Amino acid sequence: MSYQVNRKGYYGEFGGAFIPEMMHPNIEELQEKYMEIINSYNFRQDFVNLLKHYVGRPSPLYYAKRMSERYQSHIFLKREDLNHTGSHKINNTIGQILLAKALGKKRIIAETGAGQHGVATATVCALMGMECIVYMGALDVQRQAPNVKKMRMLGAQVISAESGNKTLKDATNEAMRDWINNPVDTHYIIGSVVGPHPYPDMVARFQSVISEEIRWQLDEQLGRELPTRVIACVGGGSNAAGSFYHFLDEESVELVGVEAAGKGVNSGESAATLFLGKPGVLHSSRSIVMQTDDGQIIEPYSISAGLDYPGIGPMHAHLFATHRAKYLWATDTEVLDAALELTQLEGIIPALESAHALAVLKKIDLKPDDVNVVNLSGRGDKDMETYLTYFGY
Amino acid sequence: MQNRINQLFQDKKENILSVYFTAGYPKLDDTVTIIENLVENGVDLIEIGMPFSDPVADGPVIQHSSLVALHNGMTIKKLFEQLKDIRDKVNIPLILMGYLNPVVQFGVENFCQKCAEVGIDGLILPDLPLNEYQEEYQPLFEKYNLHNILLITPQTSEMRLRQIDEASSGFIYMVSSSSTTGVKNNVSDFHQDYFERIRQMELKNPRLIGFGISNRETFENACKYAQGAIIGSAFVKALDGELTLEEKISNFVKSIVRTA
Repeated sequence: MSYQVNRKGYYGEFGGAFIPEMMHPNIEELQEKYMEIINSYNFRQDFVNLLKHYVGRPSPLYYAKRMSERYQSHIFLKREDLNHTGSHKINNTIGQILLAKALGKKRIIAETGAGQHGVATATVCALMGMECIVYMGALDVQRQAPNVKKMRMLGAQVISAESGNKTLKDATNEAMRDWINNPVDTHYIIGSVVGPHPYPDMVARFQSVISEEIRWQLDEQLGRELPTRVIACVGGGSNAAGSFYHFLDEESVELVGVEAAGKGVNSGESAATLFLGKPGVLHSSRSIVMQTDDGQIIEPYSISAGLDYPGIGPMHAHLFATHRAKYLWATDTEVLDAALELTQLEGIIPALESAHALAVLKKIDLKPDDVNVVNLSGRGDKDMETYLTYFGY
Repeated sequence: MQNRINQLFQDKKENILSVYFTAGYPKLDDTVTIIENLVENGVDLIEIGMPFSDPVADGPVIQHSSLVALHNGMTIKKLFEQLKDIRDKVNIPLILMGYLNPVVQFGVENFCQKCAEVGIDGLILPDLPLNEYQEEYQPLFEKYNLHNILLITPQTSEMRLRQIDEASSGFIYMVSSSSTTGVKNNVSDFHQDYFERIRQMELKNPRLIGFGISNRETFENACKYAQGAIIGSAFVKALDGELTLEEKISNFVKSIVRTA
């Protein structure tokens, strides 16, 4: 079984590039050139250098002793929250900005939910001196205000998406419309493993540094490269794709993705796509999509703006369909409790997104000898208001 | 039976006016009234929009009409019910336009069969690209005598233009400038070089120019370079307001076409 994308851009039956003709020249150019560019010596040099000296990689693999005691099982945290800009998102934006430069593009657009990808994009645009426009749902502009201010300070223009539920899906629609209207000099830095081929594969490759490091860091600390399981939250699924990547063909490693169940999977206010969706086409790829019987996209809900998305990357749809990875969910309240637990046991305030991965530790039958790696994809600074309101500090 | 799209282009070589509207807008049951009135006012071809929640190729006007239509309860199933007897009333070619996902959920073969039953002549699915169409959908479309209308833009390479021409059987939808629908075009903004370049390629299919055609001036200019033009957002916008649907449609078409 192959878990990699095939030549036509498919993972099993999922993927492809369902794009309007207006996007064809840009997508075709990417499809034809991305592998050559990212495998080139110059690109590798720049990418590795920036990840090391600018982002601060490798990110630590931290043995969480008190958490391990609490759960009676070994728990390691992959500290993507310690990256520059506060999440794993920067791995991808560094890769894509270098790619955009190699393609001769002058103008960068991006969508953002929680604002982490927006900040990571605005950051690399400042670094490279490129024009940056970030689309963000109007609701997210409100609930992630600090990130909006950061993006503006970094020189990006933040455009509020007013359509639909005014969240990540709508921001993505607006970014695609921008690209259609600016077909020549613009590169669209998609923030997750979604969108038309080659984005899911390209973004997964840029994020795969996460699992590459986990392997040698585990080896260094335990003398074994393979954990029992890897746990990561999934919205579009980029941090999960990155933390699963180098374990995909290691069948002994259990891969666990965690979706956002909002107020409960069946509450009508949820973003647990794999549990509620069915095959469909959204944002130019065939995947599993939350939709009505008539094929209209259902507006999702999650407390976490970064997971508030009705689709999922085609790679995850394939891993789900083939049972290579297991997908669980966590509700808003389970997530808030998990965030507080980590904060008070380990002194680490996680992002709401990452707290989804922590929340399922209670739902898995953990054995004392298990080695669990939880990808702590982002830090909680942006979510302080939510935490403070909920916990009443 | 010959497809009505081919018949139209055989009978009429210039100034073809095609009009788009969103089914279910302004009111759920306006579909047949709008079609009949467009025909009465001399429109040559009609594109019936199937609303979708996430129309990425559309600008604000059609986004809005789609949202209202969905809110009104429009579905593909409902649309086919409304169109059940349409061929007793009108003879001009009718095209359904929309996004892929609702069609896939309806069932592609089921959809094509229903199209044939009610008398649809062609489909425009902007997010169904050429390669996916050829690999998965073409036999079904052909079985039910439905033309797949493909788009080209100023950035479409010559090689791809030839491929699209080869794969097309009704007409080619020539997007005036790469944009979402409803973009404001001035005549001077038109990519006249692009229009001229395409005209000189002597494609086997006729062409209609769309996107940014909003008034008599832009319509007539487009008609210099192609067999006709398509108006969408400007018409949908014209359906707003106080007058009756009949009056609004008549006023709009008269504002575009010079009466002989």
